[in-house]
Amino acid sequence: MKNSGYYSQFGGAFIPEILVPTFDELESAYLAAREDESFWQEYLDIMSTYSCRATPISRLDNLTEQLGGAAIYVKREDLNHTGAHKANNVMGQGLLTKRMGKKRVIAETGAGQHGVATATMAAKFGFDCTIYMGAHDVARQRPNVFWMEQMGATVVAVTEGSQTLKDAINEAFRDWVSNMDDTHYVLGTACGPHPFPEMVTWFQSIIGTEARAQMLERNGKLPARVYACVGGGSNAMGIFSGFFDDKEVELVGVEAGGRGRGPGQHAARLAYDDATVGVAQGYKTYFLQDRDGQMQDTHSVSAGLDYVGVSPILSYLHESKQVRFEAASDVDVVAAMQKTVRNEGLIPALESSHAFAQAYAEAPSMSPDEDILINMSGRADKDIFTVADAVDDPKWRQFIIDKAKEYSEGMTNA
Amino acid sequence: MHERVTALELAIKKAREKKEILLMTHIVLGYPNFDDSLRVVEDMVNAGVDLMELQIPFSEPMADGPVILRANAEALKGGATVEKSFEVAERLTREFDIPFLFMTYYNILYCQGINAFVDRCKAIGIQGCIVPDLPPSEGEEYLDAMHAAQLSPVHIFTPNTPESRMRHLSDNSSGMIYCVARKGVTGKDTAFSEDITNYLSLCKSTTELPLAVGFGVKSKEDIDYLRGKVDIAVVGSETIRVMEQDGVGAVKGFIETLVT
Ligand SMILES: Cc1ncc(COP(=O)(O)O)c(C=O)c1O
Repeated sequence: MKNSGYYSQFGGAFIPEILVPTFDELESAYLAAREDESFWQEYLDIMSTYSCRATPISRLDNLTEQLGGAAIYVKREDLNHTGAHKANNVMGQGLLTKRMGKKRVIAETGAGQHGVATATMAAKFGFDCTIYMGAHDVARQRPNVFWMEQMGATVVAVTEGSQTLKDAINEAFRDWVSNMDDTHYVLGTACGPHPFPEMVTWFQSIIGTEARAQMLERNGKLPARVYACVGGGSNAMGIFSGFFDDKEVELVGVEAGGRGRGPGQHAARLAYDDATVGVAQGYKTYFLQDRDGQMQDTHSVSAGLDYVGVSPILSYLHESKQVRFEAASDVDVVAAMQKTVRNEGLIPALESSHAFAQAYAEAPSMSPDEDILINMSGRADKDIFTVADAVDDPKWRQFIIDKAKEYSEGMTNA
Repeated sequence: MHERVTALELAIKKAREKKEILLMTHIVLGYPNFDDSLRVVEDMVNAGVDLMELQIPFSEPMADGPVILRANAEALKGGATVEKSFEVAERLTREFDIPFLFMTYYNILYCQGINAFVDRCKAIGIQGCIVPDLPPSEGEEYLDAMHAAQLSPVHIFTPNTPESRMRHLSDNSSGMIYCVARKGVTGKDTAFSEDITNYLSLCKSTTELPLAVGFGVKSKEDIDYLRGKVDIAVVGSETIRVMEQDGVGAVKGFIETLVT
């Protein structure tokens, strides 16, 4: 094991000894794939035939006019198969799993999007699949659990800790330390031990590569700002990757502001100053932790951003001021989502709606000559229960009551 | 003889003059509470335990199985802190004349400051540390501090570890080497059989340090199997399980069944 995978002081591979050979193998397979042009070609082929790449860019005509200021464009990662950018990472790691000759994949999932994407990939490639998901998230993301199980995956509800994403990651590692010989752990975001942050960023960079070319082709210029929501950081790293060399493009990462500042109220590791540098889940980054280094509870209306850590690469880009970090509150996020649905007919996931909320807040004070680009990391079908609650829709509530009655009376064969 | 002989190694060798195999046990500090931690250690020492691993609770114990995982979570829920763990550890090293090691995850050291953590270990009489998520390549500052303080950083051998890496780990360790008997996390059964014998002889051929074996050791039969093959048998999750099933008072009787 080399002492690699550092971005300034962040990153590294703090892994149990039993996994050292497994990480060596993964790193070699990853580096070999990067060297091999046919690998990326195979990846592009599969993304254009099995998923919906290249995903388009849409201009938000109505909201651009209503808000005034910058013209608003959206990169449509929601049009990927399974409805989120997660497919990009999962298909890439699936191809790598095949190369390594492994037969089983495991994954953690928060919102369930990564779990669904992994289960899809496993069904397509013929892998056994186990998904770890915090019990709290299982409860709020039932539709995704349903589809994972339909695709043949075993979904394990993790009842340890805060029962969210970080606990699912711990359980996935516990599985991996027993089953590494035939199993690949498909980590879902640009976090974890090296080479995951770099490898996941590589697969997601397809977003930024496309988006940069599309904006240039359409407008003959680059956007002034690019917005992405930040959970672990994979969709943000993906779209930002396309613009790192463009000094005139400001990159804005939007974290979960939840109910506001203070421990347990949010999941903003970089935008707020509640997080400190620590080492957990195999890597060094900013964590929402107490003085002893115990992880704290986090809160967000979106399961996919409800996480204590953040990509070590983003911690580095934060400190080197190459990315600006902001946080959007639960209330503003739901409002931004409704505004997008009502005015544009797009349905951004609650995670993605964080990026929309921040963009809508900033666009009016920008010049009409400027363009901004929002990464719509996913669509909100999975969030229907949460959103219906948040907008307090009486017809939806009645539907659920009726459905429950139907089930409890055993009349389910409708 | 290698150049970095520590007090821990000497103590193990001395104890081995009288016993064919030593017994090391594991507790999670503050589980179920600090008073019970003190009582359990007293009972264990009186029952004949030779060394002890004191785990400072952490919220993300990635390498631990369900039993120790829950014990960590409960200890934290009950208000366990790193400061209280240090205070209790200090009392233990003062009252009982066996070597004590800390076992914990790297973030606990990192957040205290590596040098401050190691200095505190030295000051309160802790002899070594096991940090399962800190490979030597990431642990330079820790290793320098531990060696400078003449404390023992203990690394882990596994059935997946190649011979060359065993030598590398041994070069960076003092006191002893902890061999895990199988893949996986703590607290699951291990079949002690021929495979393990081969693995243990490989371990032995790559280090001059005393060998401890843990993960799944839970009965006198397991310990008898290890006798003559290694220096120390480690019983971890099983004592916690006994304590949970039959109460704190049952631990002494359980340990006595292991050492007779
Ligand atoms: C639609 C969507 N966007 C964003 C995220 C956050 O992950 P990341 O920060 O890795 O893009 C998730 C995670 O589940 C998600 O489902």
